[in-house]
Amino acid sequence: MTVWDNAQRARDSRLQAGARYAQGKRVARQDATALLEAVIQPGDRVCLEGDNQKQADLLAVALAAVDSGKIHDLHMVQSGVVLPEHLDVFEKGIAKRLDYAYSGPQSQRIARLLFGGQIELGAVHTYLELFARYYVDLTPQVALIAAVSADREGNLYTGPNTEDTPAIVEATAFKNGIVVAQVNAIVDKLPRVDIPGDWVNFVIESDKPFYVEPLFTRDPAAITQTQILTAMLAIKGIYAPYGVQRLNHGIGFNTAAIELLLPTYAERLGLKGQIATHWALNPHPTLIPAIESGWVKQIHSFGSEVGMDDYIRARPDIYFTGPDGSLRSNRAFSQVAGLYACDMFIGATLQIDLQGNSSTVTADRVTGFGGAPNMGSDARGRRHPSKPWLQAGKEADPDSPAPLRRGRKLVVQIGETFGGKNAPLFVENLDALKLAGKLDLDLAPVMVYGDDVTHIVTEEGIANLLLCRDKDEREHAIRGVAGYTDVGRGRDTKLVQRLRERGAIQRPEDLGIDPLDADRDLLAARSIKDLVRWSGGLYSPPSKFRNW
Amino acid sequence: MEQLNYRHVAAKRANGSKAQALVGVVASGNLEVLVERTLPDGECEVDIRTADEGFGKLWQAVVADFVERRSPGGLKLSINDGGARPDMIALRLAQAVRAVEGERS
Repeated sequence: MTVWDNAQRARDSRLQAGARYAQGKRVARQDATALLEAVIQPGDRVCLEGDNQKQADLLAVALAAVDSGKIHDLHMVQSGVVLPEHLDVFEKGIAKRLDYAYSGPQSQRIARLLFGGQIELGAVHTYLELFARYYVDLTPQVALIAAVSADREGNLYTGPNTEDTPAIVEATAFKNGIVVAQVNAIVDKLPRVDIPGDWVNFVIESDKPFYVEPLFTRDPAAITQTQILTAMLAIKGIYAPYGVQRLNHGIGFNTAAIELLLPTYAERLGLKGQIATHWALNPHPTLIPAIESGWVKQIHSFGSEVGMDDYIRARPDIYFTGPDGSLRSNRAFSQVAGLYACDMFIGATLQIDLQGNSSTVTADRVTGFGGAPNMGSDARGRRHPSKPWLQAGKEADPDSPAPLRRGRKLVVQIGETFGGKNAPLFVENLDALKLAGKLDLDLAPVMVYGDDVTHIVTEEGIANLLLCRDKDEREHAIRGVAGYTDVGRGRDTKLVQRLRERGAIQRPEDLGIDPLDADRDLLAARSIKDLVRWSGGLYSPPSKFRNW
Repeated sequence: MEQLNYRHVAAKRANGSKAQALVGVVASGNLEVLVERTLPDGECEVDIRTADEGFGKLWQAVVADFVERRSPGGLKLSINDGGARPDMIALRLAQAVRAVEGERS
């Protein structure tokens, strides 16, 4: 007779094995490693919650300490590879295979382990894509998560940095998996319930709050005149003519400059209320002046940002907050919002090739993508119209009948033609291709595909790829804004001039912008301290950003 | 330390009558430009001392575009470079001309 509940029985026996270390659901932190050895089995798929910001650091240390004779060949399925322990488990032979989305701080070490064969790579995903696979073919047997607090029943309060937790727990708890949570405190009454207790099997109280990386704080003091120029070009040449109201910004200095120009430069252009009103965005401190000036109607966030909690709590008309008053973030929903309900993504990258493909991978760094490919791609399933979407679709395909024409999301790459250490932004071939060759990957890790990119903004001007009709035009629209890089100097000046006459390339002077007006005086805030002042003292920057 | 020197024919004399001006700072990724009105009206000279060696081709291209766009006739520009990127160099050169012309171009 067929047995239909093998997985449930397996879960029950794991729960029994773990119960030895638990009182109710509570496990002492010194028993964390023993608990993991009891509930995890060799070959399991394990999600060790490493988000863009929040890290289940106690559980990461505990997992890295298990006996690799007992627990080995784990398949790690987690969005962020951020802490050293996330890779220690591979060096120690505890884990073998990895499917992930983002690896900022560990990008060099992950490259070494990939080259050395200690990590068997499944794929580098976007967040949404990895979450999707949690429900199809990468469902975790065990999830190790982080929350702010728990009550006696195991209900969890995840606080402002809810991030990935709901997506991970839902997939694990409802498919016979085990959920272990580390919490900063066990309390009698939670401020609000983010994860119901019957989805959580074990709770460990940590001796220190889980680690959160301040990833979205950009110091206005470091914004250059060139970055301000690119911001002016983007506002006047893209935000204004398309009327972009719903959008997502990347984390670079160029987009921080745009945020700080909204209450000054954009206000003088008469754009208040016309652009940048609805956002899928983390709580960027550099958006505070625009919020305080009445530019912003609503923001949904992937996660929170260190130091922004009191400000958010005091601005519930703008942010999504719970009955307790604090932010409720949710990476999966915010990614969906960025994919389907935003008309523009604008962000920086490290390399752009002649087709417009862009990548943040270099020869010795495998950074992953995070959410950029979800934000920075056209949603082919989108069906609701909006002015920018229809306008972009019309520019790309002027001849099709309007009612049958797909719109296009505006996907904008912005940056200076030369980046750090004078590395050119524009290259003939992406380093991602070399990496794919070296690791024998089927796919090069391309962050945004060229056919999704609609505009490229540099200090030399704006390339509108929607207006390019063939490969040659596209290539020269890109060369035409590539400045003094080899790619830029390889341009055919006549072809570039023709593209400029058609508006496929726009120079600052074509938009009535004098590069000499790109002055730091245009920034609504010129320092972190200015941001604190704008917030009425509610923004409390982390110490590394305090220089007073 | 590398020293580079470029001389160009300029289409017209730079406006104004100010004798000299100084813009920028010598710092990493930045540069200082001293501009002096010392040459005949149709000439322009750019003299560069840079900490970053081997970027002669880039300097040549940046300077040639600058002369074409701003027409800095009669000006000698002396640069102390701390390894600035081309966008910063172009900006400082334009600022130097504006400063010596004494008005917005």
